[in-house]
Parts: sequence; structure tokens; C-alpha cells
Amino acid sequence: MATEISDSIVVPSAQAHTGQGLGTGNPADAFVVEPARTRTKKTPRRTRTNFEMLAWLFMRLSGVVLVVLILGHLLINIVLDGGVSKISFAFVAGKWASPFWQGWDLLMLWLAMLHGSNGMRTVINDYAEKDSTRLWLKLLLGAATVFTVLLGTLVIFTFDPNI
Amino acid sequence: MPAGTLYRGREGMWSWVAHRVTGVLIFFFLFAHVLDTALVRVSPQAYDSVIQTYKTPLVNLMEYGLTAAILFHALNGLRVVAVDFWAKGPKYQKQMLWTVVGVWVVLMAGAFYPILQHTLRTWFGG
Repeated sequence: MATEISDSIVVPSAQAHTGQGLGTGNPADAFVVEPARTRTKKTPRRTRTNFEMLAWLFMRLSGVVLVVLILGHLLINIVLDGGVSKISFAFVAGKWASPFWQGWDLLMLWLAMLHGSNGMRTVINDYAEKDSTRLWLKLLLGAATVFTVLLGTLVIFTFDPNI
Repeated sequence: MPAGTLYRGREGMWSWVAHRVTGVLIFFFLFAHVLDTALVRVSPQAYDSVIQTYKTPLVNLMEYGLTAAILFHALNGLRVVAVDFWAKGPKYQKQMLWTVVGVWVVLMAGAFYPILQHTLRTWFGG
């Protein structure tokens, strides 16, 4: 009798590590472990969304855009035209008189903060072993991120050169 | 390789370490930078006075260091994208790391005078 599954024996996850219930009689099957990434139609969904996959994808997409935005920002602000010497309120006013640079800085702010914040989340998850420590660090990170993004957005939209 | 560790050393691990360290440094700078820029909503004087700090030799040198961190993170980030999305990426990850290091050295050498010119001019005139 032919079977559709040929490369592995699929067992319920509760039994996967023990091999209990396979009933093959072969001692080697006591160590059969379900292949880590095998998914079938019967695999239960652990979460409602693919949040971690989307976060992974966001890091790569935003990263590529940030390379252009931030290297351009550095080039214009601290490399070309005398370096940091020229930076002043008047320089900022000159840049933000143009919707192009307002949009550039706004996109850079949002992408950099979300990219950096998600990176810090990964670092916290990696090193903070205690559940409560992880929770508090991530709450602090979230609060700091929301505050900084909103403050920066407000500054760009409400900038007044004649203050 | 010590027992009981997932760390494997060599190019793969150390580029990961450098990516993580530079990422955290850049993130903390970003906080400070949004806050100092927010001073344009207080007064031109408040903003210009904090920008004076950016023009001191020590902070000017730190800007060069920040550029070094950002440039590595950017170039190595493109390498990570290539490893993940390019079929031959994993095979050439070492060569790509040394390419990243090479490009980084060249660009950092080129950025030395432009970024530090404010300090160099203050010290040596011109």
C-alpha cells in the first residue's frame, strides 16, 4: 500500500522525542525525532501571525533602505562641504525648507528606530534569561521607542524657522 | 571549540559579534541624536550650543568612530542579505566578509580628513 509520506515518519509532537507509540519494535526508533521544520496540514498553528518572520523580513528590507538614507545623511551632513563645521540651526532650517529632506528625515527616523528597536529586542531575548527581566527591558525599550519616534516626528512637522 | 557552546569562532561568529556591538552602539546614539535635534523646537541658541559639543575634538573623533560603526553595520548588513537571499551567499560568506572589511578600510581612509577636518583645521590652521 503506497503512502504519500515517504521521507519521514510523522508522529504527534507529544511523542516525537520518545518514539513511544511507533510500535515498530526497532530499538533505533526510540530516538526518532520529528524533523524540526516538518509542517503538515495537521500541524497546529502556534501563533495567529507570522510576527517573527515579518520582523526578520523587515530587518532586511529596512536595512537596505537605511544604507542609502543614512550614508546619504552622513555624506551631506558631516563629510561634504566642510564637514561638521557648517551644522547650525540655519543649516537645519535650510534643509527642512524642502519637503524632500523632511520626507527623507522622517522615513529615516521611523525606519532606523524600528530597525534598532527590533534589533535590541533580539539582544534582550538572547541575554536576559529571567522572564520578568525580559518583560521589563522590553517594556522600557517599547516606551523609549514610541517616545523617540513621536518626538522626532513632531519636531519635523512643527519645525518653525522663525522661532 | 569549547564544549557546551554554540559559538563557532572565525569569520561567521566574529562578524555576527561586530554586527551586534555596532548595532547597539548606533541605537544608543540614535536616541541622543533625536533628542539633540529636538532642541530646534526650543530655540536656535539651544540647538547651536549643543551642536558646539559636536565640534569639539573628542566628539568629532567620536563622529568618526560612529561613522566606522555605521559603515561596518551597513556593509555587513548587505552581506547578511546576500547570505539569506542569494543562492550562493552561504558558500561565499567568508569572501564577502573580507570584501566588506576591504571596502570599509578604503572608505574609512577616505572619510578621515572630511570628517575630522573641523578639528584638524582648528589644530593646524588652514
